[in-house]
Amino acid sequence: MLAILAVSGLLMSHCNIAPQSTAPTDKNLTSETIVAGLSMPWSMAFLPDGRFLVTERTGKLRIVKDGQLDPQEIAGIPKVYYRGQGGLLDVALHPNYKENGWIYISYSSPKKEGEVGDDNGANTALMRAKLNGHELTNIEHLYKASPNVKGGVHFGGKILFDKKGYVFLSLGERGQKENAQRLNKAQGKIVRLHEDGKIPTDNPFVKTKDALPEIWSYGHRNPQGLVMHPTTGTIWAHEHGPQGGDELNIVEKGKNYGWPLITYGIDYDNSIISDKTEAPGMEQPVIYWKPSIAPCGMTFVNNPKFKDWNGDLLVGSLKFQNLEHLVIKGNKVVKKEIVFDKIGRVRDVKQGPDGNIYVVVESTGAIVKISPKS
Amino acid sequence: MKLISILGCGAIYVFAFLSNAQDNLSKSIARGKELYKESCITCHLANGEGIKDTFPPLAKADFLLKYPEKSIHAIKFGMKGAIKVNNVAYNNAMPPSGFADDEIADVMNYIRNSFGNKNPQLITEKMVAAVKEK
Repeated sequence: MLAILAVSGLLMSHCNIAPQSTAPTDKNLTSETIVAGLSMPWSMAFLPDGRFLVTERTGKLRIVKDGQLDPQEIAGIPKVYYRGQGGLLDVALHPNYKENGWIYISYSSPKKEGEVGDDNGANTALMRAKLNGHELTNIEHLYKASPNVKGGVHFGGKILFDKKGYVFLSLGERGQKENAQRLNKAQGKIVRLHEDGKIPTDNPFVKTKDALPEIWSYGHRNPQGLVMHPTTGTIWAHEHGPQGGDELNIVEKGKNYGWPLITYGIDYDNSIISDKTEAPGMEQPVIYWKPSIAPCGMTFVNNPKFKDWNGDLLVGSLKFQNLEHLVIKGNKVVKKEIVFDKIGRVRDVKQGPDGNIYVVVESTGAIVKISPKS
Repeated sequence: MKLISILGCGAIYVFAFLSNAQDNLSKSIARGKELYKESCITCHLANGEGIKDTFPPLAKADFLLKYPEKSIHAIKFGMKGAIKVNNVAYNNAMPPSGFADDEIADVMNYIRNSFGNKNPQLITEKMVAAVKEK
């Protein structure tokens, strides 16, 4: 018996976990569309007065008030590279927003004069600004990933604040997988900055020759879920992998997550990217998804009202148009199930200040609220 | 003699015209292939077969072959909701590509002439421009 437990424990830790067929825990929950009419929504943030900010990938920042989409967009968003997966991406409030009013925004930024890389190319940028009525003011351009690359894939773009005054930004490899391993390219990386965009002097590669000092971790493909565990403070990220290689990782300082030298997937043209799934000096995922689910958006549930979900992760799926509930024990996923099947192409999943879960759905242009049945 | 030379010139002209058209099509297909690898391959896959019940196929797909305008519309403006392709029901969503009209023409020419599909009629930038959002 003990042996079986030990073996199954090993399997759990290294293998993809098949969804369980038991009755899903969403039966005690209710879902409600609270706003519709958005065009390609990508992300949302909760203002302290109850309004939401929503990014539309086409390049607009919108306000939602009392379930109504304000027809007037917010002015001041720079020109975005709207192509393929690119455009206006994440929006996040500074943890002390009430005091300082800073709103952080990531987007696919077209090449400007003097920047390196392909003409007509782009890469992911981070800015911050303050909201004054329907206008962004005090705009500061904090960071732009280099080089610019032509093509519409793999921008990453997720913003995360820790509780120590740093901001993290995920960067996709822009379709150039080899560069995920090169420390002189801001592709396939997670970077760490001070809140004003300055580069911390204790970042892991500050003293490494030819390495970019902003890099926190590397060997990523296209991370579009980036959250902090509410009690331990560890950073969890998921990324779009190749076919059958989407991953959930715990992101730590200076570590290499292996893309494209190790992967559980194969390329979309069915070619083999690597025959290795593990290698010394490279991190293993907490889980991987086979088949790929195209994970986008993620939140830890940190609310005792959700008694079956509290402490667990919810992950959005673009491909299968549902949410996955991952039961977390320590640093492991011990079970997973599909919930809210057919909700639509999920772009973002957030827990609101009211403790409810909000899901941004690209295909229906809606935000759906999930709450416990009273 | 005059007639023969007129016929001969005509034949050369027609041949040149056809081979030029053929050349345009193959160049467009080659450009379209690169765009397909950039934006389409993750869902419709390299063989154009998609994923049954999730992402519709392009390979020998009646929808693509019967409704080129609807296919252009989907690439240009996105598409969502229930459709039937080769008698299989799909209810998913495709975001707009963000491609320019000439690029959409290239992708159309590629998918209409790959995965076992064959369609010598060239889709042009003009034809794509004529498709307006519905």
